[in-house]
Amino acid sequence: MAEPINTTWACPIPLRDYPSIVIGHGGGGQLGNELVEHLFKPAFANDELDRMADSAVLTLPAGRIAYSTDSFVVRPLEFPGGSIGALAVNGTVNDLAMSGATPLVLSAGFILEEGLPMATLGRIVTDMAAAAKAAGVRIVTGDTKVVERGHGDGCYINTSGIGVVRDGVQLSPTRATPGDVVIVSGTIGDHGMAIMSVREGLEFDTTIVSDCAPLNGLVDAMLAVTPDLHVLRDPTRGGLASTLNEIAGASGVGIVIREAALPVLPQVASACEILGMDPVFVANEGKLVAIVPPQHATAVLQAMRAHPLGSRAAIIGEVTSDHPGMLVAKTAIGAQRVIAMQLGEQLPRIC
Amino acid sequence: MKYLAEFRDGEIAQRLAAEIRAITTRPWAIMEVCGGQTHSILRNGIDQLLPPEIELIHGPGCPVCVTPLDMIDKALAIAAIPNVIFTSFGDMLRVPGSDRDLFRVKSEGGDVRIVYSPLDAVQIARENPTKQVVFFGIGFETTAPANAMAVHVAKREGLTNFSMLVSHVLVPPAIDAIMSAPGNRVQAFLAAGHVCSVMGFWQYPPLAAKHHVPIVITGFEPLDVLEGIRRTVQCLERNEAKVDNAYARVVTFDGNAAAQALLEEVFAVTDRAWRGIGVIPASGWRLSAAYADYDAEHRFDVGAIRTTESAECRAGEVLQGAIKPSQCEAFGTRCTPRTPLGATMVSSEGACAAYFNYGRFHTLERASSATRDSNTSPKAATVG
Amino acid sequence: MCLAVPGQIVDIFDGSGTRMATLDFGGIRKTVCLAYLPDAKIGEYAIVHVGFAISLIDEASAQETLRHFRELGILEEELGEASPEQYAEPHGEVCDPIRP
Repeated sequence: MAEPINTTWACPIPLRDYPSIVIGHGGGGQLGNELVEHLFKPAFANDELDRMADSAVLTLPAGRIAYSTDSFVVRPLEFPGGSIGALAVNGTVNDLAMSGATPLVLSAGFILEEGLPMATLGRIVTDMAAAAKAAGVRIVTGDTKVVERGHGDGCYINTSGIGVVRDGVQLSPTRATPGDVVIVSGTIGDHGMAIMSVREGLEFDTTIVSDCAPLNGLVDAMLAVTPDLHVLRDPTRGGLASTLNEIAGASGVGIVIREAALPVLPQVASACEILGMDPVFVANEGKLVAIVPPQHATAVLQAMRAHPLGSRAAIIGEVTSDHPGMLVAKTAIGAQRVIAMQLGEQLPRIC
Repeated sequence: MKYLAEFRDGEIAQRLAAEIRAITTRPWAIMEVCGGQTHSILRNGIDQLLPPEIELIHGPGCPVCVTPLDMIDKALAIAAIPNVIFTSFGDMLRVPGSDRDLFRVKSEGGDVRIVYSPLDAVQIARENPTKQVVFFGIGFETTAPANAMAVHVAKREGLTNFSMLVSHVLVPPAIDAIMSAPGNRVQAFLAAGHVCSVMGFWQYPPLAAKHHVPIVITGFEPLDVLEGIRRTVQCLERNEAKVDNAYARVVTFDGNAAAQALLEEVFAVTDRAWRGIGVIPASGWRLSAAYADYDAEHRFDVGAIRTTESAECRAGEVLQGAIKPSQCEAFGTRCTPRTPLGATMVSSEGACAAYFNYGRFHTLERASSATRDSNTSPKAATVG
Repeated sequence: MCLAVPGQIVDIFDGSGTRMATLDFGGIRKTVCLAYLPDAKIGEYAIVHVGFAISLIDEASAQETLRHFRELGILEEELGEASPEQYAEPHGEVCDPIRP
């Protein structure tokens, strides 16, 4: 009999003698049940999940429902500052928060690759449980499938989430208005460069960690200042530049930012220099961009800075009626450049 | 970062620009050779600080852009061979060959991997003894020492599963060819600072004398580029066709002796076709006879490569500075980073990509136009 | 061709018969080949391209260049020759956004 998997959910009954995932774990039979009983249920710990019905049945507070889904395919599965598990929870929590919703419940669908070490899955699920707890959400329903070895990158996770939007909040990428102030909640590029630092062929030694975090608490603090924020977005894949381009396009406005005002950790800046990458295109997983009416900007900024996830919040620019649909940056030497959307993923370069 | 941040100071940049304005009395056309300089100029907006008399002509110093089409097609053919791990710098992944690029080969099942250093490719060869590992050795003289060391180490360790597809290009013959071309408008050069950190700049005085052009060794940060331009304008205004080193903290006259010694051993000069320009004699490096066993061109018989270049692509004229990207009919319409017709729209330092990405087909105003008369600047961006 | 960044040498060692080093780039540490700088010492700065140190940075020269830059325009100012147009801002200057 194999040693019990060393997990922090302290299940008294060890999983059967399978140190890694096999096809049977996705088959809906005993192996699959064991996974649920001894791994998912103890980790996610809530009554609705424990019912093990085909659907979670919920009574939601009154109000507009926000509903979001996201799939997570990151490699490597575990990286400095987080794992695919933390991303899977925080990513959907943040999508809900960006609509001004209080996140309530999540679903979690797993596609596991035959051969994934059970200990790895254990850590991922533990991360999800911790992230859910920190965000104040429950994972109330889920599913597990297993694909053959070689067909899956170890683990893919899909989460979807439901939240309730507060009254009076109308956040939309179409609401950016000339004169609005652009605020970013903290340093940019941390997550993407943390991933780069452990990517094969590009490794480097650093203390950069992913900024993966749930932003709903920060959003609460901002909305407490005023419900009349115009846009909230979390700049994940594609970075700050992609998000601002999307907002500019959706609202039919121009956005101007000052490069000197962008908060960037020195090590992230250095890592970008070495690889020839631009921090504005690098992914973030615990940051938001806010487009705020000018009369509220100072108060919102102060509220952000008072929150642990917004201590480095900064005003980086504003919305203009010039050059609609375009993001323009004032460079460090006082000139201008257009920051266009990248075609695909930013690649390291030598030239 | 130390020795980087200080050379990006905005206030000093403004002062250097003011100096340049103060000494410029008539129009000058200056070519920056290196694609890295082109990228720095357009990304930082350095050209917006210059007086309208100064025209910067972007040179062919983008090794990604000038890698010959048949070499790209060979790379694609090799990468598609099962059991081959094809390694490359990231820059090459989206360069269009005759009908596809490395990204597409990867998506079709080819094992294509990005590496940061050529030594990483050697490591992959050590770790995969049953596979053939090929490294795409492109670049100017800056990159050649790294590529040389990789194949040198592979040979020393007897890594018979490692080989290199070499397509190096050299700067001085390109300068010579540009100055000798009919219709050339270039009056001075900013030489490539990092190429010169390897090779020194002893090759330039004969060129400067032959063509009566000032050549100023220039770095890459905004202050370095502005200082290089300032010294160049000074030479032009004084009619001095001399070689000046404006990147002295990194470049010496002789260059890096250890690197040059290994380059001598590993590479041999060859004629090289520059994509979009044509064959420039003795303008490239191939693997020397001593390293023939590690030459991927010999090891892999990829058959007759028939290349098809886009009929519409005018990259060659862009690379020689004859036209600006925004003057090409396909620019921004049929040719974009998403649908590139040529390599200059793909490479991060290709002039076409830089113009597109930094918005040079929108009308962004030039700096200090308040001090100028109403003549339209030759550098004012055209609407695409 | 030319993306090369400055880093400080913090360790030198042998890597399978090749002279290697650990360089510090503003807090990031990376292994770099030092074979082309046989006389380089710990503490010195080098320019690194694709994982290879290709030139030492002459720190005295760097400081000299920076000193020259800082003195630019000062002489003219002192002599009262500077004109406002010399320091004109580029067009399209963004007004400073609200400062907290």
